[in-house]
Amino acid sequence: MKRGVGSDAIRVKGWLAAHRWLLARRATQLTVLALFLAGPWLGYWIVKGNLNFSLTLGVLPLADPYVLLQSLVAGHRPERKALVGAAVILFAYFVAGGRTYCAWVCPVNAVTDAAHWLRARLGVPGGVIIPRSTRYWILAMTLALAWITGSIAWELVNPISILHRGIIFGIGVGWAVIVAVFLLDLFVAERAWCGRLCPVGAFYSAVATFSPLRIVAVRREQCNDCADCYTVCPEPLVIRPALKGADDGIGPVILSPHCTNCGRCIDVCSRHVFAFGSRFSNHRQPLADAAQHVAARKVTAVEL
Amino acid sequence: MVGNGKTRAATRRQFLLDAARNAGGVTLVGVGLAFHAGQARALPPEAIRPPGARAEPGFLAACLRCGMCVRDCPYQILNLAKLGQTIATGTPYFVARTGPCEMCVDIPCVKACPSGALDPDLTDINRARMGLAVLADHETCLNFLGLRCEVCYRACPLSDKAITLEQQQNPRSSAYATFIPTVHSDQCTGCGKCEHACVLETAAIRVLPRHLTKGELGEHYRLGWEEQKRAGKPLIEGVTGLPDRMPEATR
Amino acid sequence: MSTTRRGFIRLSAVAAAAAAADITIPGLDEALAQTAPDTSIRWDKGACRFCGTGCGVLVGVRNGRVVATQGDPDAPVNRGLLCVKGYFLAKIMYGADRLTRPLLRMKNGTFDKSGEFTPVSWKQAFDIMEEKCKAALKAKGPTAVGMFASGQWTIFEGVAATKFMKAGLRSNNIDPNARHCMASAVAGFMRTFGADEPMGCYDDTEQADAFVVWGSNMAEMHPILWSRVTGRRLTAKHVKIVVLSTFNHRTSEAADVEIIFKPQTDLAILNYLCNYIIQNGAVNEAFVKQHVTFMKGVTDIGYGLRPTHRLEQAASSNGYPGTDGKPKGDPNAASPITYEEFKQHVSEYTVDKVAELSGVPKEKLEALAKLYVDPKTKIVSFWTMGFNQHTRGTWANNLIYDVHLLLGKISEPGNGPFSITGQPSACGTAREVGTFAHRLPADLVVANPQHRATAEQIWKLPAGTIPGQIGLHAVAMDRALKDRNLNFFWVLCTNQMQAGANLSQERYPGFRDPANFVVVTDAYPTVSAHAADLVLPAAMWMEKEGAYGNAERRTQFWRQQVNAPGEAKSDLWQIIEFSKRFKTEEVWPAELLAKMPQYGGKTLFDVLYANGEVNQFPLTEMAKVNGHAIKGYMNDESKALGFYVQKGLFEEYARFGRGHAHDLAPFDQLHKARGLRWPVVDGKETLWRYREGYDPYVKQGEGVKFYGRPDGKAVIFALPYQPPPEPPDNEYNLWLATGRVLEHWHSGSMTRRVPELYRAVPDALVYMNPQDAETRGLKQGDVVKVISRRGEIQTRVDTRGRNKPPVGLVFVPWFDESRLINKVTLDATCPISKQTDYKKCAVKIVKA
Repeated sequence: MKRGVGSDAIRVKGWLAAHRWLLARRATQLTVLALFLAGPWLGYWIVKGNLNFSLTLGVLPLADPYVLLQSLVAGHRPERKALVGAAVILFAYFVAGGRTYCAWVCPVNAVTDAAHWLRARLGVPGGVIIPRSTRYWILAMTLALAWITGSIAWELVNPISILHRGIIFGIGVGWAVIVAVFLLDLFVAERAWCGRLCPVGAFYSAVATFSPLRIVAVRREQCNDCADCYTVCPEPLVIRPALKGADDGIGPVILSPHCTNCGRCIDVCSRHVFAFGSRFSNHRQPLADAAQHVAARKVTAVEL
Repeated sequence: MVGNGKTRAATRRQFLLDAARNAGGVTLVGVGLAFHAGQARALPPEAIRPPGARAEPGFLAACLRCGMCVRDCPYQILNLAKLGQTIATGTPYFVARTGPCEMCVDIPCVKACPSGALDPDLTDINRARMGLAVLADHETCLNFLGLRCEVCYRACPLSDKAITLEQQQNPRSSAYATFIPTVHSDQCTGCGKCEHACVLETAAIRVLPRHLTKGELGEHYRLGWEEQKRAGKPLIEGVTGLPDRMPEATR
Repeated sequence: MSTTRRGFIRLSAVAAAAAAADITIPGLDEALAQTAPDTSIRWDKGACRFCGTGCGVLVGVRNGRVVATQGDPDAPVNRGLLCVKGYFLAKIMYGADRLTRPLLRMKNGTFDKSGEFTPVSWKQAFDIMEEKCKAALKAKGPTAVGMFASGQWTIFEGVAATKFMKAGLRSNNIDPNARHCMASAVAGFMRTFGADEPMGCYDDTEQADAFVVWGSNMAEMHPILWSRVTGRRLTAKHVKIVVLSTFNHRTSEAADVEIIFKPQTDLAILNYLCNYIIQNGAVNEAFVKQHVTFMKGVTDIGYGLRPTHRLEQAASSNGYPGTDGKPKGDPNAASPITYEEFKQHVSEYTVDKVAELSGVPKEKLEALAKLYVDPKTKIVSFWTMGFNQHTRGTWANNLIYDVHLLLGKISEPGNGPFSITGQPSACGTAREVGTFAHRLPADLVVANPQHRATAEQIWKLPAGTIPGQIGLHAVAMDRALKDRNLNFFWVLCTNQMQAGANLSQERYPGFRDPANFVVVTDAYPTVSAHAADLVLPAAMWMEKEGAYGNAERRTQFWRQQVNAPGEAKSDLWQIIEFSKRFKTEEVWPAELLAKMPQYGGKTLFDVLYANGEVNQFPLTEMAKVNGHAIKGYMNDESKALGFYVQKGLFEEYARFGRGHAHDLAPFDQLHKARGLRWPVVDGKETLWRYREGYDPYVKQGEGVKFYGRPDGKAVIFALPYQPPPEPPDNEYNLWLATGRVLEHWHSGSMTRRVPELYRAVPDALVYMNPQDAETRGLKQGDVVKVISRRGEIQTRVDTRGRNKPPVGLVFVPWFDESRLINKVTLDATCPISKQTDYKKCAVKIVKA
């Protein structure tokens, strides 16, 4: 009988623990949205604006640095408020891992995750291969377009802002773009939008190059090669070096800036291989070894 | 990692091919998007930007599409364009006929703008130039017909300045004056209150982008009376004439 | 029609061919549009429903609905022009919330003062009215019942109501909303000339060399008349316009000289003018000698407040009961004086003193005076509510007549004082019919036994039917309701709960007091209707046959064009139908009935309306009178009653004035004419009264005769400046003036239901000087509270709108039922005219 993805983890850790980070992530996504909606829907103006720019409690400006970059390229010198907001965001995502935005905040994540889930359910075969580098090309194209047209042209079609702004301010026919993204991920190519096309993700990947917050395969020795982590990972390529690179002298930290820090690999691993950690823990093997014994005992206990 | 020259060449070739494919595809998308951006720049005349908005190409470079101006408008007249409208997605606008700018003296929308798309140097709302009112249809305007409407004139926040009433004799009945609402472009802010208030089924007075409404004199001609007024004296001096010869009796 | 029929057919053929071939022929649509009259619409003449200008309109009906209107191109008043309200006449009858059934406050199936409005039948409605009215009559007599009437009633409704109240129920407690509007003008006319209504007419505007507008925003309130005034100035460049007001408004915009004076100091300016005329030898001595007498009015007359108010207790001649129970003097009293005494009286009003008092620069005062005295300048003074809504409104009217009489500039083309009316039939119905508490038709008054006898004779009633005691005026009615002295109150065709001053203290409590029963007849659920116990749905404007009289004595008739919706009925039908509920024995004392025993056992309907006069014209008469306009014409009231009731009422009523300088044209003629200016004698209208050659009542050789007074002379009154009752102080530090806006008619019950007009001016704002706003930390658009000692409203500040008040004064219009400014206003009146001063009370304004 075919084993369900993550079923071992559920068996070992219980359902809740096997979905801990997923639930935390959904909760965060909803909370962010709720904060934006509390104003227009309920009149509690905690956060005003949208993901492009917002003002929290009337004092904290937050701006999308990618949008601001396009504005700069288009030839505009933004006011201080926007620059400060972009700096805050840049710093935050530099610390938290750039693509943490994709997994924890971006509203399109729920759409593409749903497409992915349904794709698996329906057993849709692989489809078109889109190179992962395409997103960088698109990123470059959006910046070039900003320069050529002298306007933030990408914002005309950016599904992220269309969806987020649409939820807060009204969406018009923008829902069609969202459906297109959904169908793209469902039928055309697996994980196509977030993983291969979205320039916002590409931008945050760049931000994340030296981010300290990382997922670490702390107990990679415990890996039983079930491959569940690869299956659930939106960017499966990032796992292999950290998980299987011990023999090549590669540390257990997932250093790839493409990793979205979603934590699903932590959830689905019945062997407690993964944990959030720091990029600087790449050489602290002893710590991991120590933990490995504890974990091994636990696993044994459960298996008994 | 290791390989002979042939495979290295093949890899390089593959890489270049991939790059070309990517570049081609992305360029195609980019060209499409560029056309779309070009169209979006042609703002429809009924969509009016908030006070202090930079001229249109610059505005689209500056506006972050965040909606802060929309949120801080106390009269809630601003909207963010949605995909499918012929206005750049996510940018703010209002439509005079359905909801004109109330011309708040503290201009909260400009204050809210984080990027400077709405010029923070605009501190006197009377200096805003959102558009220009034009009494477009003289054939249906009730005042041109001699009726006493002037709703636009009284609705104008700068009445007697931006819109004045010019009295003319009614050609059909000389005993009555007509009161012709007359817009003065040096004062009109383009707030749209006049268009909103116009009682006709379709407004006879419209607020339109300035570039669609305002004529421009050629540099090669000057208005003599204006120049003289500015100079405070005739521009040429030392000119004399001679008296007219008249019959004795008329002296 | 310039295109012939054949031309039209050809055009149509071309159009059809083009349509078949899908070709556009340039200009064809336009040509066809011009040539094809819309024969599906039936057009008939009428008068505009709104202001006192009285513009003529044509009303277009299709399938029983008014689908279009137009300014009547041949109407002498407006020559096809209308204001923006008139543009929307076709929409006023079709608001979504028209009342179509009587509504009674009920709980568990019976009347309950605190119950919910429940639809009832007309029978049920009249049953409860009858019960409540009879109970009030039984308990306290005729003084306990009252009716609030309207200057927007048709003449016929005014006649029927006056008869019903004054003769039928024997109560003079009938007073019109015109009390709030024209009473001071009436009192002024009666005191100075002994006869009501202007001597001139609108033709004055084409003759005058100067116009002085006193306390009137004609540009907004009488738009078409104002385009005539400004039209005159366009055609004659020498014509000057002076506008006097307490704030800058749209009329000021056209002024050659704009005079902003401190509230109430118009009295001082008028006295200054008299003084200037005398001091500069400009008195028309011959005129004054022949046609004028001088009198001095009593001065300590109070402010029409409740007798308990300190100002009234201090006043010696306010007519209120004193400590001995007898009236304290008579505010209307005056005694003869000499010219020298008058001269002495006005001599203190020097230019320096008046400039200081009024805040008007001396040069402006002198410019105004010079304009008046220039013998070559024919001058018309216009005024409306600035004079009339004034605690010394009667005086202000008297004083402007003083100016014109001293100069002899009166009663001739282009020269004269001209009191403009507010309501469409304030003159025609309220004044000429006399629906006031003290009046009878044609300038007769109830206090005069001979006048009562005349009325009783014309109405075929026993002598002594009409009580001699003056009834309750509008403000007194409110107070009597509150004091439970008036227990049955019927309000028709007016929105008293929104229009009267100090409403939360003086009016609302009386309406809602369980001791009182209040009926409101209206077409829409107004504020007054909401405050009532029984609401009766009214037919309006073109849903009934009507007649209005405008400000230039022009009587205008119209035919019923369409049916009222649902069970709505005209006020006329309601009054006459209600009269059937009373037997003479129930309302008349036996000794009165004994004088005409034939009336025993009869209903009031029988003795008032089926009296052989009112019911003398059979229904066949209707086609005869109106067949030229509408084939087989019929109206709802006549159909219900079986006789041509409007004609009967009018012809009986017209007997009051015919031969007495109030000659109304024959009914049939008025249905054919575009309005006629009375007195209509020998088939001719009268344009200027009191002057030989123009007025048939001035005999040859008399020149000028003010025949309203026994001696044929007008009176110049010596009357001083006196301060207003509630000036601003440290706490309530602003003057409040209220008024109208062009877009809305009065309380907005009709115009606010026209979406375009509502959009044009949705809310009443407080118009304020920017400096006043700044010192209070306010800016344009801020939400504020306007607070007086009596109440408060919340609205937004406008510092740049249509009215631009000076520092220290704010203006709030009263059309907005969601911002009832009359919660704030003061119910002080002119003690003579009893008209409320809506222009002056003290308020403060704070941020809400």
